[in-house]
Amino acid sequence: MIAVGFRQALAILGKDLWIEGTSWVRWMGLVAFAILVLLLFSFAVGPNSVMLQKHAAGYLWLATLFASANLFTQSFLLETEGGAIEQLQLAPVFPAALFYGKALANTVQLLLVMMVMLPPLIALCDVWFVEGFGLFVITMVLGAFGLSAPGAMYAAMTARLSNQQLLLPLLLFPLIVPALLSAVKATSLIFFGDPMGQIGSWLTLLGAFDIIYWILCGIVFGRIVES
Amino acid sequence: MSVVNASNLSRRFGRRWAYARVDMRLETGEKVLLIGANGSGKTTLLRTFSTLLSPTLGSLELFGEPVEAGQNVDSVRRRIGMLSHHTGLYEDLSIVDNLRIFAKLFGKSRDVDSLMLHVQAVGLDGRNEPIRTYSAGMRKRASVALLRLKDPELILLDEPFSALDPSGIDEISSLLRQLPATQILVSHQVERAAQLCDRCILLESGLIRWEGPATKAWDAWRKSQQDAS
Repeated sequence: MIAVGFRQALAILGKDLWIEGTSWVRWMGLVAFAILVLLLFSFAVGPNSVMLQKHAAGYLWLATLFASANLFTQSFLLETEGGAIEQLQLAPVFPAALFYGKALANTVQLLLVMMVMLPPLIALCDVWFVEGFGLFVITMVLGAFGLSAPGAMYAAMTARLSNQQLLLPLLLFPLIVPALLSAVKATSLIFFGDPMGQIGSWLTLLGAFDIIYWILCGIVFGRIVES
Repeated sequence: MSVVNASNLSRRFGRRWAYARVDMRLETGEKVLLIGANGSGKTTLLRTFSTLLSPTLGSLELFGEPVEAGQNVDSVRRRIGMLSHHTGLYEDLSIVDNLRIFAKLFGKSRDVDSLMLHVQAVGLDGRNEPIRTYSAGMRKRASVALLRLKDPELILLDEPFSALDPSGIDEISSLLRQLPATQILVSHQVERAAQLCDRCILLESGLIRWEGPATKAWDAWRKSQQDAS
């Protein structure tokens, strides 16, 4: 049963990435939106290079967060738009496999969005990876995992509601505050150096958040989809 | 063997009963037409038979297995196909790509030639265009291709003729007639749908008001409309 669920999750992951890959306009729109948010933050701060540099990590993660709300909405819309979700339920695809497949697909896409945002961020805010690019990648991956699990769950929960665009951020954003805070702090320390050795603690907190939510959401997702 | 065996089946949403005290039995290969006015509980009943919705009261057996509040339904769901208002497909992908995805999930062959057999059988050419560009008739045919791929033992059809012109209805009727599975069909196109079925059940306000041969469906429907007005 676990092997079947694993194969199904991989099939859902592959399917979601395939569909997103065929919809370049939608994907480019998402990336453009993320970069636009980044630019707006920098315009709001003004030509103050110290301020821009100081808050660069915050801009990166907030732009990612705002883009993620669109991504999660779109991700579940794929299933409900043509009624494919019913065919998946009748296939039958295990709800946990559907959740993990979709959450993984969201994670991959969020990572791609962040990778695309990096060059403009570096150019705008004049930051560099003082503690090494490897640590930054780990932070990015853990942060993307942290957003994706609750994002996939709430996208499913609000999928059939007419005001999903409003409800999803309202439900999601307060919940992911610990993940956002850890990711911003860790990224900031990577940009400016970590003389006190705090990065490990923030990444541990982020990792713990990820584990709890990936398990918890996997368990409750079935009830959400079935209801 | 009874494919569907419902006893005293009832479903409530809040204070309103969508359908109540439904007793229904379908034998293998039987085709039943479910008719009734809008809001009479047809679609809700169909969704209950699909196991996507749990009944509030009563018992339901599918393929001889009891279905209880959505528990242990995987083996039953594998044997059910559904065609609803939607295509059930991914709008951004072509029909062949859709079938390839579902073939993997249904555990069927993903060989393009075998998938093309289903596509061609419903009169589509398998062109590499997304489903969202299809006409209403083509969308219904694509849904039937998915049903053919799954090859279920029980097919639940919710308004398969909606948004189709007379020639489109003929085409879908002909394709549905070729499917050997037990079928429950919900439709407002009573005369056309009755030609596909053996038996008809008329629902009124969630209760079974009449049951008889499909050939008498139109008379029963007309009488119920006259009584309502």
